[in-house]
Amino acid sequence: MRYLPLTESDRRDMLAAIGVPSVDSLFRDVPPAARRDQPVDLPSHAGEMAVERRLSAMAARNLTGGQAPFFLGAGIYRHHIPAAVDHLIQRGEFLTSYTPYQPEVAQGTLQYLFEFQTQVALITGMEVANASMWDGATACAEAALMAARVTKRRKVLLSGNLHPHWRSVTATQLRFTDIAVEALDPDPMGIEDLIGRVGSDLACVVVQNPGFFGRLADFRALSAACRDSGVLLVVGVAEPASLGLIEPPGAMGADIVIGEGQSFGVGMSFGGPGLGLFATREKYLRQMPGRLCGRTIDADGRPGYVLTLSTREQHIRREKATSNICTNSGLCALAFTIHMAMLGGAGFERLAKVNHANAVALAQRLAKVKGVRVISPTFFNEFAVTLPKPAAAVVEALAGRGILGGVPAQRFYPSYPELEPVLLVAATETNTAEDIDAFATALGEILR
Amino acid sequence: MSEMRYTKDHEWLRVEGQTATVGITDYAQTQLGDVVYVELPEPGVILAKGGEAAVVESVKAASEVYSPASGEVTQANQALVERPGAINTDATGEGWFYKIRLTEPAQVAELMDQATYDAYLAELG
Amino acid sequence: MSETFSGSRGLTLEQPLLFEQDSPGLTAVDLPEPAAFEDRLGGLARTTPPGLPGLSEPQVVRHYTRLSQKNFGIDSVFYPLGSCTMKHNPRLNERMARLPGFGDIHPFQPESTVQGALELIDTCAHWLKTLTGLPAIAMSPAAGAHGELCGLMAIRAALEDRGQPRKRVLVPESAHGTNPASAAACGYEVEAIPANARGRVDLGALKDRLDGEVAAFMLTNPNTCGLFEDEILDIAQAVHEAGAFFYCDGANFNAIVGRVRVADLGIDAMHINLHKTFSTPHGGGGPGAGPTVLSAELAPFAPLPMVVERNGRFHLIEHAAEAGDAKPFGRLKGYHGQFGVMVRALAYMMSMGSDGLRQASADAVLNANYLMARLKDVLTPSFEGPCMHEALFDDRFLKDTGVTTLDFAKALIDEGFHPMTMYFPLVVHGALLIEPTETESRQTLDQFIGSVRGLAAQAKAGAAESFKAAPRFTPRRRLDETTAARSPVLRWAAE
Repeated sequence: MRYLPLTESDRRDMLAAIGVPSVDSLFRDVPPAARRDQPVDLPSHAGEMAVERRLSAMAARNLTGGQAPFFLGAGIYRHHIPAAVDHLIQRGEFLTSYTPYQPEVAQGTLQYLFEFQTQVALITGMEVANASMWDGATACAEAALMAARVTKRRKVLLSGNLHPHWRSVTATQLRFTDIAVEALDPDPMGIEDLIGRVGSDLACVVVQNPGFFGRLADFRALSAACRDSGVLLVVGVAEPASLGLIEPPGAMGADIVIGEGQSFGVGMSFGGPGLGLFATREKYLRQMPGRLCGRTIDADGRPGYVLTLSTREQHIRREKATSNICTNSGLCALAFTIHMAMLGGAGFERLAKVNHANAVALAQRLAKVKGVRVISPTFFNEFAVTLPKPAAAVVEALAGRGILGGVPAQRFYPSYPELEPVLLVAATETNTAEDIDAFATALGEILR
Repeated sequence: MSEMRYTKDHEWLRVEGQTATVGITDYAQTQLGDVVYVELPEPGVILAKGGEAAVVESVKAASEVYSPASGEVTQANQALVERPGAINTDATGEGWFYKIRLTEPAQVAELMDQATYDAYLAELG
Repeated sequence: MSETFSGSRGLTLEQPLLFEQDSPGLTAVDLPEPAAFEDRLGGLARTTPPGLPGLSEPQVVRHYTRLSQKNFGIDSVFYPLGSCTMKHNPRLNERMARLPGFGDIHPFQPESTVQGALELIDTCAHWLKTLTGLPAIAMSPAAGAHGELCGLMAIRAALEDRGQPRKRVLVPESAHGTNPASAAACGYEVEAIPANARGRVDLGALKDRLDGEVAAFMLTNPNTCGLFEDEILDIAQAVHEAGAFFYCDGANFNAIVGRVRVADLGIDAMHINLHKTFSTPHGGGGPGAGPTVLSAELAPFAPLPMVVERNGRFHLIEHAAEAGDAKPFGRLKGYHGQFGVMVRALAYMMSMGSDGLRQASADAVLNANYLMARLKDVLTPSFEGPCMHEALFDDRFLKDTGVTTLDFAKALIDEGFHPMTMYFPLVVHGALLIEPTETESRQTLDQFIGSVRGLAAQAKAGAAESFKAAPRFTPRRRLDETTAARSPVLRWAAE
């Protein structure tokens, strides 16, 4: 058993030092009725090669993004991850360390968290950001709870352009609290009236930019209406690559920004783990959930970093904490921050531009396919089209031809028949002109 | 200076006519360690005896301050927000939390006097 | 005060912030400028650049390599953090999670193209159900605290289904802070149950508080004092007789894997920290995963999504309407849970096998008891009898030395060990909680024992000043947390 360093003679000597005859006697507090005397009915231990063979066989049953022209998004995006990112996050001092509660032996983790918080604040246009949350959806639920704490109001309004998983996670997490959740109908055409619903009963309005169906929105008027009624504006960013090109939520008057950071440094990995981003205004700092890293000095007066303001957290505040979360998404935050460091200001903008250019090219090409209509007037790297056939069937047919051609909107909203023909399509820097051509050609044939 | 009265949760109260000043005791600040943050009640807030009046936090602990008596908050010590360390250096002076107009002055007599509180502290060890 | 011109000291290297290394315009990612095109941004283009610094690849690689060298990790040191199970993180796990068939797939691909991924989730679920003996599992919780929320929500949904949501959750004083926080997040009042003199739940006190308004009792077992709750069957019976559910915090599952059937302890729900018991890396604070096993009574309320197998094909149930008679309480997490963490955990479970997992829990308990046996004469154990996978001491051995638990732990850093968990659990004074795990060799344990014994003797000999000055050999010495909290500086800003 390659992970176990004790030898039989070690075990014997150690039992003697303890003064018990066998390991079983150390388990004497376990009620006999619950003890297992034999190994559980599962396979016995296996060497690396055997495990690798078995898991590789499972992996081989999946069609990967690299094997097929790939156009899926809906909150998880396939971006190129520079080789250095994955190398650096696998350094054992990062990978195998715990939460940096002992700052003298965790300055590496703490400094990158400080840099991460700065990057998130910069790209979202906000004053402060935390050290990350589990994912965009759970960050959204935490934002709703925080808005209720800040405003002491008991209702949140969720836009129909917010990611459906963020909506359902928020509704679930608030289900057993006294906070009501109103979720508007899915809104592919961008016609919902949020300003008209803003009133002094609301803790917050949660919107998303770009919207779930791709379109871009200017929230300045909504922000003004919110301010007048004491309502917090929460803006979600499911594709942070967009922030290289479009006006950030902070510039549109957001009070809280939440995001999914998976696009930077974190692979798709079937949707998890992800990376929740969370930023706000300094005046709401004390109500912010999650860990925070701050700068200070050490006993010799040198600058250093510590986790701070932890009295908000569960290990001190227990049932009065701002949130029950304990871990964040440290290693994914590291991947994000390295990728962002590699891009720099110039690369961040260029990446966004290439994404947008590819999406525009894809939209133009798909619009020429008979029966396909692009319904997002504005977009970043993802948009919605309507098809003359049910989108789910078309996607299956495309998969049969080795093309991963988007996400059917009805997958999220089975009870909305009007979404049956709607398909979400994304392009990133990883798509080539040949990919786009193959997709459009196959789509044309399937719809013929 | 009028007489100090104390609660079992280590708040102090000093009566000056119809109003009283409230803070936490030197023992309480020692237990907490360096105070880094306080949340004070807004003037005008009505507090009941034993109700949550303020929050005081050190690096590793947070605790509520309960009002030793009922009444209406007339003033909060805003200087503490900028300089919470005053609670450590001068808990019963500059480190006061808020002033309150007493609605039930009889409650004061229910609180511990100096000698009783000293004995209570000795008991805590 | 620095002994060198650079501030670095040999292998201890100073490294400025990224933002202080900015060469505007530099990038470490080469991308071609796209040909001219008409944008579709509708006039919402960014008006001011975000101000990210520019660096080349070699600068970035050196930056993060140097940062990494300021960290302790399990790879480099013994890391006996109680309650955290800092065991070796096998690299095969990492390789498996990076197979393109697992790493490069999208959560919303057609089911036909991700059969292997769904099989992986289903297989991981099968192992965890079999190891605990419980019939159902929710795979989506992202962490232990999320698993607690999952279990409590299933409990609340089940109680509401009975028409009686109830009001309170009971939690021992020794519990992790996440327990009361999760109960509060689920809309419950929290009441603490005291421990008895043996470091276990006071059964009498528990029975006194069990009434028709108690929804659940949450218990960590083995508990946070490192002890098995030997009255657990009576606890379960009392909880169930009151019509409440029994939730187990599975943070300490490593002590009993393969040796105890959780189902036979009367537990209705338990989360399993894959990043503790099943060797997935802690990563400096996540990501982890907290799959939650559920009893038959709670199973119908398990959250979405769920994987089911029909006729040799795997399906993903994403909506309540597709769930048949089940009444899922909702959705806890975007997409399908911490898939990458599940891959790692399954690679570990397959490597260890049922025989290896059983040996691992035996060795974990053996290592902890060995430390206890070799340290109990110089430290002060809080409770009598054998411990499970972690050994709890309190600070009585430091009485009148002027040295605190914190000072003692910081001195261990200079010895080249990560400190144990300190000041937790709250039920003993100045707690030192030591969890060695099964992946430490006897030589490592003996070295650690040597240092602890040496330090204990030093403390008793009146060396308080040197303890107060520790650590001395780290990139930074003790940090001023008071200043950090009084005037928070949470980001870099241009001067």
